[in-house]
Amino acid sequence: MDVELRGITKRFGPVTANDNVNLTIRAGEVLGLLGENGAGKSTMMNILSGLYSPDEGEILIDGKRVDFEGPGDGIAAGIGMVHQHFMLVPVFTVAENVILGVEPTGMFDYLDLATARKQVRDINEKYGLQVNPDALIEDLPVGIQQRVEILKVLFRSAEVLILDEPTAVLTPQEVEDFFGIVKSLRDAGKAIVFITHKLHEILEISDRINVLRGGRITGEGDPKSMTENQLAEMMVGRPVSFDVDKGPFKPGETLLDVKNLMVLNENDETAVENVSFHVRSGEVVGIAGVQGNGQSELIEALTGLAHAAGGKIDFLGRDITNVSVRERHRMGMAHVPEDRHKSGMISNFTIYENMVLNTYYEDRFSSGPAIKWPDVLKTAAQYAVDFDVRTPSVYLKAGNLSGGNQQKMVVARELERETKLVIASQPTRGLDVGSIEYIHSRLMGARDEGDGVIIVSSELDEIMALSDRVLVMYDGKIVAEFDATAGPLDKNAIGLAMAGVTA
Amino acid sequence: MTDTTSQSNLADKLLQRAAPGRAEFEDLVVVPIFAVIVALIVGALIMLATAVDIETIGRSYLALLQGSVGSMNAISETLTSAIPLVLAGLGLALGFRAGLFNIGAEGQIVVGGIAAVIVGFSFPNMPWIIHMPLALLAGAVAGGLYASIAGYLRAATGAHEVITTIMLNLSSYLLLSYMLGLEWMQRPGRSDPVSKSVLPSAELPRLLTDIDPNLRLHAGIFVMIAAVILVHWLLFKTRTGFEYRASGENPDAARYAGMHASAIIVFAMATAGALAGLAGANQVLGVLERATPGFSSGIGFDAISVALLGRSHPVGVLFAGLLFGALEAGGRQMQVDAGVSIDLISIIQALIIVFIAAPLLVRAIFPWGFKKPAGR
Repeated sequence: MDVELRGITKRFGPVTANDNVNLTIRAGEVLGLLGENGAGKSTMMNILSGLYSPDEGEILIDGKRVDFEGPGDGIAAGIGMVHQHFMLVPVFTVAENVILGVEPTGMFDYLDLATARKQVRDINEKYGLQVNPDALIEDLPVGIQQRVEILKVLFRSAEVLILDEPTAVLTPQEVEDFFGIVKSLRDAGKAIVFITHKLHEILEISDRINVLRGGRITGEGDPKSMTENQLAEMMVGRPVSFDVDKGPFKPGETLLDVKNLMVLNENDETAVENVSFHVRSGEVVGIAGVQGNGQSELIEALTGLAHAAGGKIDFLGRDITNVSVRERHRMGMAHVPEDRHKSGMISNFTIYENMVLNTYYEDRFSSGPAIKWPDVLKTAAQYAVDFDVRTPSVYLKAGNLSGGNQQKMVVARELERETKLVIASQPTRGLDVGSIEYIHSRLMGARDEGDGVIIVSSELDEIMALSDRVLVMYDGKIVAEFDATAGPLDKNAIGLAMAGVTA
Repeated sequence: MTDTTSQSNLADKLLQRAAPGRAEFEDLVVVPIFAVIVALIVGALIMLATAVDIETIGRSYLALLQGSVGSMNAISETLTSAIPLVLAGLGLALGFRAGLFNIGAEGQIVVGGIAAVIVGFSFPNMPWIIHMPLALLAGAVAGGLYASIAGYLRAATGAHEVITTIMLNLSSYLLLSYMLGLEWMQRPGRSDPVSKSVLPSAELPRLLTDIDPNLRLHAGIFVMIAAVILVHWLLFKTRTGFEYRASGENPDAARYAGMHASAIIVFAMATAGALAGLAGANQVLGVLERATPGFSSGIGFDAISVALLGRSHPVGVLFAGLLFGALEAGGRQMQVDAGVSIDLISIIQALIIVFIAAPLLVRAIFPWGFKKPAGR
């Protein structure tokens, strides 16, 4: 099945989200759709799936014009969307989730689960998805849950699959498997639209690439002949540097000294075991590892959000093992949390309130019991300008900002004060190239001014680009250490250490 | 040089507040107004269905209007009824903002009332300038302490405040019955459970007796206005309020920001309880001048509706409390004039809450009152 979008324009009030967009999707082909957050990718795909109707332009399926009236029409016409956020019932089995809404039923509304399971198994085999139809969703890892989402659209006989940032939630190994599935779907004659802002992925998987910027198609090309730099420039509208500008490595005195740290997770199991390391002034220490190997718990213990079950943390020569979050913060510890939505910001608060979320009590913002809101406002506006947070007003709710701008807001709040140690967890997850570049340069700025920096990331490329020293965590322990100042880092060796293979 | 000026211009631009959105206006003003209208219409339908003739229905709504705002006495009654609703509603709103679903205003009112009555009859010869504030304070402190039991249980053990406050409500009724039978508490010469009368020096003086000795409006209205201002200031201008709101919106972010979750829960509950206790003190010192069984008369539960209707905003709570006060005062008139039971007022109050809680329903009934949703 081929789908063509012709001259699609969609406006939301004064904002033109899509401006005269033309796009062709062909059967047996992976179309890579690249664009920054807010470039109009999602709007376009929502038009294609029938959720929005375009103000101008038309959609043609196999040359015939179609008009979608509502969200059900897209899938009825064979266009299925796999969302970035899964829509699954955790306590249902795979088969139950797949048939939800289109259940095969017999007499007296009898739910024919046997047929459903057989159909799910058939689809499974046909595309090599390898999902057990009887497994409960809540027991499955994220990568498998995503396959269930794919199963759902295949079960509804979709010929066109729209995958919205599918790799954002996957580990590197899962991405590999996922690409295998995408290829088998393509070879079976499905048309795939692969939406992402990760350049190397789009080059690897796509047969054809379209780049979207500001609601328009700004570039089109063949992945075989294009480079990441060309794509990035098309996407951002200016040349983007992938090399992080770093000053010379001048480590100073030890700021943070962790000795034999033990941390338990929520279930009282050992999450961090006997970890010792130190961070010096003017140094970036990268902590690499596949997610769930104790990095989150380590950071929580360092920042005071979790108790240390054993061991000792010294910061600026003081034992802070049992010191409160606020006191550590006051001593100059900055923390960019791994999940900004969960803990880094309050979506329902304004930008200016979020800008002082953990500094509101300081003398510059408070006098007596009252907060000096005029001062907060002025400062917040200045922070927003300094950190390029793009918003019409600081009175806007933080939840209305795009992901990149939210993250810049969080980073601004953490870095715009006297800091000694910056702890950044997944500082650029889910962000576009422009924002990543900006946040990296700010983190490096902190390093060059003499701060110690800890970066935790599951993106190995990010760790390698930024770190002066790399620690690899596996199963709660630091299993390897690499020095970037001595010579180029060996990506392969780090990858092996992340997988638990000790040299 | 030019760079810094353009930078500061940019910052100035960010300081401009966007014009209040149409959606916000609809949410805060249009939906409540329509909700009241629909509730009144459904109320009329209910009367119709129970074989009340149209003329009586007309008469009863007229009485509702007259009894709430139709005369000096009506306005005085409306305000008198509104005072405890607003005070307790403010407390609940504050709790909601901090993420605490406090159902216990009723119990806090009872306990606050008991404390205020005891102080009110215990200190003869005390000048009113000390005695009255002391009695009010006693009510606030008792309500606050009583609520903080639930707060402490939540913070220390995780016991949910909905359960504990409901239990504390029940306990408070029994405490009241018990105490009204105590020798030093009971009015001499009475066998039924009635407390001693509050001394004149502790009473909240009536304000309009010069115009008509029957007007019951009392000085509690100043307490109410002060409380609205104070709660607004506390919630939106202070560090404490910022902490309350942050932990109500996102407890994880509050913890990340170094706020003390347990302390916030206990303090927010105590503040909420103090306001409810003040409402109880207000009833016994301003209206009843003694404590009787059931003197709280469900104010604590109506206050939940008031807080919800007022969207947990102090000013909203003030208006919602005035509306509920008007319905109550008007309802009494309605019962007298048209013979329609005052229970209908409870039905109308409940319907208002139903419609407020279901804005989509209101939008569906009055499509022309709202802007078309963006998107399609």
